[in-house]
Parts: sequence; structure tokens; C-alpha cells
Amino acid sequence: MQHTKRAVAMGVALLSAIALAGCSTGSTGTSGEAAACAPSEGDVTLEFTSWIPGIEDAAAIWNAENPGIQVQVQTGPNGNSGTYQNFFSQLEAGNAPDLGQIEYDALSSFRVQDGLEDLSNCEDVVAAEADFIPWTWNQVTLGGDGVYGIPQDSGPMALFYRSDLFEQNGIAVPTTWDEYKDAAKKIRALGGYITNFSTADINQFAGFVWQANGDWFTNDGDAWSVDLSGDASKTVADYWQELLDEDLVATYPAWTEEWNNAYNSSEVWSWTSAVWGANSISSGAPDTAGKWSVAPAPQWKAGESAAGNWGGSSVAVFKGSEHVYEAAKFALWLNTSEEALTALNESANIYPATTAGLELPSLQEGVEFYGGQAIYDVFAEAAAEVNPDFVWGPTMTQTYADVSDGFQKAVTGQGTLLEALESAQSSTISTLKAQSIPVAE
Amino acid sequence: MSLLTRTAGATADDATASGRKGPRESLLSRSAALIVMGVFTLYFLLPIWWLFIASTKDRGQLLTTPSLWFADFKLFENIGALASYGDGIYFRWLLNSLGYAGLGALLATVVASMAGYALAKYRFPGRELFFNVVLGGVLVPATALALPLFLLFSQVNLTNTYWAVLLPSIVSPFGVYLSRIYAAASVPDELIEASRLDGAGEVRTFFTVSVRLMTPALITVFLFQFVAIWNNFFLPLIMLRSEEFFPVTYGLYAWNTQLNQIPELRTYVLVGSLLSIIPLIITFLLLQRFWRNGLGSGSVK
Repeated sequence: MQHTKRAVAMGVALLSAIALAGCSTGSTGTSGEAAACAPSEGDVTLEFTSWIPGIEDAAAIWNAENPGIQVQVQTGPNGNSGTYQNFFSQLEAGNAPDLGQIEYDALSSFRVQDGLEDLSNCEDVVAAEADFIPWTWNQVTLGGDGVYGIPQDSGPMALFYRSDLFEQNGIAVPTTWDEYKDAAKKIRALGGYITNFSTADINQFAGFVWQANGDWFTNDGDAWSVDLSGDASKTVADYWQELLDEDLVATYPAWTEEWNNAYNSSEVWSWTSAVWGANSISSGAPDTAGKWSVAPAPQWKAGESAAGNWGGSSVAVFKGSEHVYEAAKFALWLNTSEEALTALNESANIYPATTAGLELPSLQEGVEFYGGQAIYDVFAEAAAEVNPDFVWGPTMTQTYADVSDGFQKAVTGQGTLLEALESAQSSTISTLKAQSIPVAE
Repeated sequence: MSLLTRTAGATADDATASGRKGPRESLLSRSAALIVMGVFTLYFLLPIWWLFIASTKDRGQLLTTPSLWFADFKLFENIGALASYGDGIYFRWLLNSLGYAGLGALLATVVASMAGYALAKYRFPGRELFFNVVLGGVLVPATALALPLFLLFSQVNLTNTYWAVLLPSIVSPFGVYLSRIYAAASVPDELIEASRLDGAGEVRTFFTVSVRLMTPALITVFLFQFVAIWNNFFLPLIMLRSEEFFPVTYGLYAWNTQLNQIPELRTYVLVGSLLSIIPLIITFLLLQRFWRNGLGSGSVK
């Protein structure tokens, strides 16, 4: 399995190198005007590529209600495992689907390659802004005037913890990161770890920086600024560096069997993760059913309620679609209507990005695995507290890879987390320049 | 992988057979050989055993029970669940794979044998140039060709069809190479001459006389190509978007990327992987007889 994974990774890397070589000479312009948004004549068939399981059921509901606009769902592996690369190839070949699933952190890279239609001329789309949780809308406007997708889901972060172990050992549930560190020491003395620090999946760390009001990228309309090692990143990196140095956190690679096992065997006691992490725990650590609870994420300043975000995606309309109006209409329905959101939540645990979506009946119920706690209430509160100004850069694949490499070294004692961020800062800037993307320095 | 296992098995048979007839080897060297073979057999079979055991467990027991021994035997429930998930799309993928690999390997064998035979038996200007270009093709990894192929197929609107995977699969430079070498060695010029004198045309001579002599090589080409197509992952990844065209490898990969969110897929991926190796095993068991003959006859000459 590991072997295949590496082969896949190598292949993907090879392909992206070829594709980048192909693309970089072409369209890097940030020009592009908003697409005209007028209904097409006659019946329309839209192609929609998404890896969300069961999304075809939601599309079937739409197709039954809208005989004039039929949606064909196409599928593939999740974005970074191949579908994004396919989108780029298809854009190059001129046969991209009308609509595609794109995670927030990948939208910018499609935008700078001029792969997305700007939907800001679609009245319905502009009017729908008020339906969405404000920060999710910022994720699709990319800090400008255009609208490059419709938000689908979000991943507000909170603290999953083993309420039974914390209680038995008289450790209070930490509300600040300082308390979290104290708890970590007590737990380490008992032979456990308070949490696992993921070196491979940088999104969690980004979520921590996001919570600390950090800003990794900004775009003033002309040029990108990169700030991977700014004050907020420094605070977060130093904090986790201390925990690592004092051996207070485990460092299993995320999403592996040993990682699952660390939670399942009660070695690791808590996880600050996104709302979808609820399923990761219940599937990875089945023996601990009923023993988990969810609390708001620890804070940097006592009394605050800042939240980070980890994950979330949008549905975007690709450049060259002949049916922008219909595509936008479907994307809006898919991500705002109660019937679609209910279907997506049932089939794929999608956590909606609309304010009304957070009120779905299925998100009000107690969850058995979490001792009957209505855990989604905690996430709904967190969703309202996510900093709206966090922007993803256009080269996240490279940035993630570089930070992850540095983090893995830091975990084995070579260098520090902050040094990893500093080196990723400079490599990100040179990658941007190599793709002729303007950088402000 | 299974290729190697089979070769190891075949030599093991040969070793014991010759051991009986030929001079006796010392106990030490025989047991050393047995131990080495035993270790390798274990090395190759252990993952399959793990896969089989994992396929018989339900999701809860997968992580919590010893991974190399049975817990509750739920294999058939798991297969049932796999068959019903997504309207049984898994079996569609399995059929697709059989179609791509079976038909693709058959056509590839026909094309490669004709090309190799022509290169071996006919003298024409540019023969060596052709052959060298084909040989060069052996060196180009299939992965590197996937994207250019995609752009080409996009021009003719053939992406996301069966053809997108089947057409590139019928080309096997290695098969041409092997067929040429084998035809040169095993098809005597005199025989071709004789059949010409008897009034058979070139095509008839090829199909009635030469192909029979080349059979062991052709089986090898077929097997290689069958496995190559079965395992070819990047071409379907780039070409296909509709689930109904996926081969089983790509389908399982797509599921595997969803494990974080849809935990029950883990069982389906495991059971699906187990079922997907069965056709490969059957193909080898059926065809290895021919293959070993081929290797054997080659070595005696």
C-alpha cells in the first residue's frame, strides 16, 4: 500500500511538472472579466466533477425538478490525489467540465491559471452572499471583487477530548493553550500524550495559525504577499516546538493505522480538529465509543473565542463553460437548498457553509459516539468565530510540501518548526516568481 | 508481484525434480535453498494473507483484533455489502478491467507478434531503424505518456470513453521486441519457404505455421500485457471521469482517498482488492503451463 502511494505521488509529481511546464508559458494573467451571466436557449446538460460520495443523489433530486437543466455527475479521487491535476489537464485541452469541486486552499491556484469563471455578474450569486457564513464567502472571492465559486462546506475547529480520562485523573478541560500545556505535562506523567502533532498534514497547523489571527497570504489586486513566518505563525510554531522538545506530544503520521491505534488504545487523549474529524475518530478509534466530548478550541488569550478552520470546499464554474448561468444556478441550489444540504450531510457528512444550513435537524441531534453530546452546537459557535481575512495562496501544493518536509525534520530534532516555515517562505516566493505570479516584497 | 511469485514457484518445482534425477546435493545446501525459498514465499504470501484476513472482518474488528488471524468470519457479508454499495458499481469496474486487460492484451499480442515476425523474417529498408525506434519505446514510462495521450485524445473527443484506455493498451514495444527475438530463433526460414512453395500466402503462413511455433512467446507477451494493462493506473486516472468506465484499480483508489470521511469504504476497499487479484491468479494458473514450456524450450536450445 505504502509502495503504491509513493508510486502515485511520484507519478502525480511528474505529471504536475509536465503540466506546469505546459501552463506557465500560457495564461498566468490575472485579467479576465466577469462572465456574462445569461440563460442559454433550449435544454442544457451540465458536467459536474466531484469526489464527494453520494453527490449524484443530490444531483438526481435537481434533475427531477429541472428537466431543462440536467446535471451529469462525474467522479474521481479527491482533489489533491489526482482530480485537480485532471482539471488542469482538461483546462489545457479545452474540455473541462462545467462545474468542479475545489477546496478553498486550491481555488487560488486555479484562479491564477485563469481557469475559473467569475460569477459576479450573476445576480442570484451576488444576492446569495447573505446566506453564507461571512468568512466562507471570503474564501471564494479570494479577497477581491470577483466570485470564483460557491462555498459548499467548512471545517471549523474545536477540541475533541477524552472526557472520561480527563475526569478520572482530575485534569480540567483546557480553555487556553497555556492550560493545554499544563494538562499535557500531567498526561505525559501518566504515560499518555495529550495529542498528536501532524507533520504530514499542514492544514492543521494552518488552522492553528488561522485561529491566532495569522495571515499567510494577502493579495492587494496586483501582487501577492507571503507571510508564513509572521508573528502569529511564530507564536504557534514556538508553542508546538516546546511541546515537541519536552516530548509532550506524539508524532505519528496522520491518517495511518498507527495513528488510529494511538487514539484507539487511549495513548492519545485529545485532538484539535475540524468538524469532520468527528468521523475520523469514530472510525479510527471504535473502542473508545462514548468516551469523547467536544469543547471549544483552547485560546491564546483567556476569555476569547477565536476559531480556526481546517478544510472546506467550493463548487466552481470552469473557464470555457457555455452555460455559466445554469451552472451557477445549480451550484447555488446544491449548496443552499435544504434538500440538497440534507442529502449531502447524510451521504458524506458535509457540514454546510450557509447560516441556515447549520440549523439542519441532523446537526442538532446528540451523537452517540460522543456520549450523546450535541457536538455540532460547539462547531456552529466556532463557525461564527473564524477569522474572515485568511487567504490561501496560489501555490499551496508546493508550500504544504515544503513546510511538511521541514516539520518532519524538526520532529526528528533537525531544525525547528519556525525554521521550516522560514525556509518555506523563501521557497514559496521563488515558486511564485517562477510561475510569473507577481510578488510584493 | 505475482509474476515474481510464479517464477519462484516454477524454479522450485524444477529444482526438486532435477534433485531427484541428478546427483544428490548435500543436505546443507538443500535445506539452505529451502529456507531461502520459504522466506521468499512467506514474504510474497504474507500481504495476501493479511488482505484475506482483513477482508473477513467487520470495520470495528479490523483495528482491534490481531491482523493476521481471524475474528468473526464476515467475508460473505462484506462481499454482499460491497455488491450493494453504489448499485454494485464495483463489479462493473471488475468487468471493465477484464475487458480492458483481456481484449487489450489479445490485440496487443496480435499486433506485437505480427510486427516482431515481420521485423525478424522480412528484409526491407529501414528495418533496423524501425526496430530501434520500437526498442526506444520500451524505455519510455507509460506514466510520461499519459498526459500527451490525454491531449491527443482530447483533440478527437475520445476522452472519457472505453477507447481512451483500450487504444493505447494495444501497443506493446516489449512484445514486439520479444516476438522478433523469438521468431528469429524458433521459426526456421526453410519452413516459411516450404509453405510458400505449397502456395500459402504470407498472411496464411503467419497464422497457420509461424504463430504455432511462436506460441510460448505470445503467451508471455499476452501475460505481460494483461498485467500491465490491469495495473496501469495513470492512463485511466487522466482519461476517465465517469464511474461506469473505471477499471477496478482506479475505482478502488478513488474510494481509498475518501476513507477519512466515509469510514465504511475501508472494508469495501479491502474486500474489493482481494476480489480484484483473483482474475490475475486465474490467468496465471491457466497460462503458466505454456509459459514454463516456453522458458524451458528456450533454455535447452
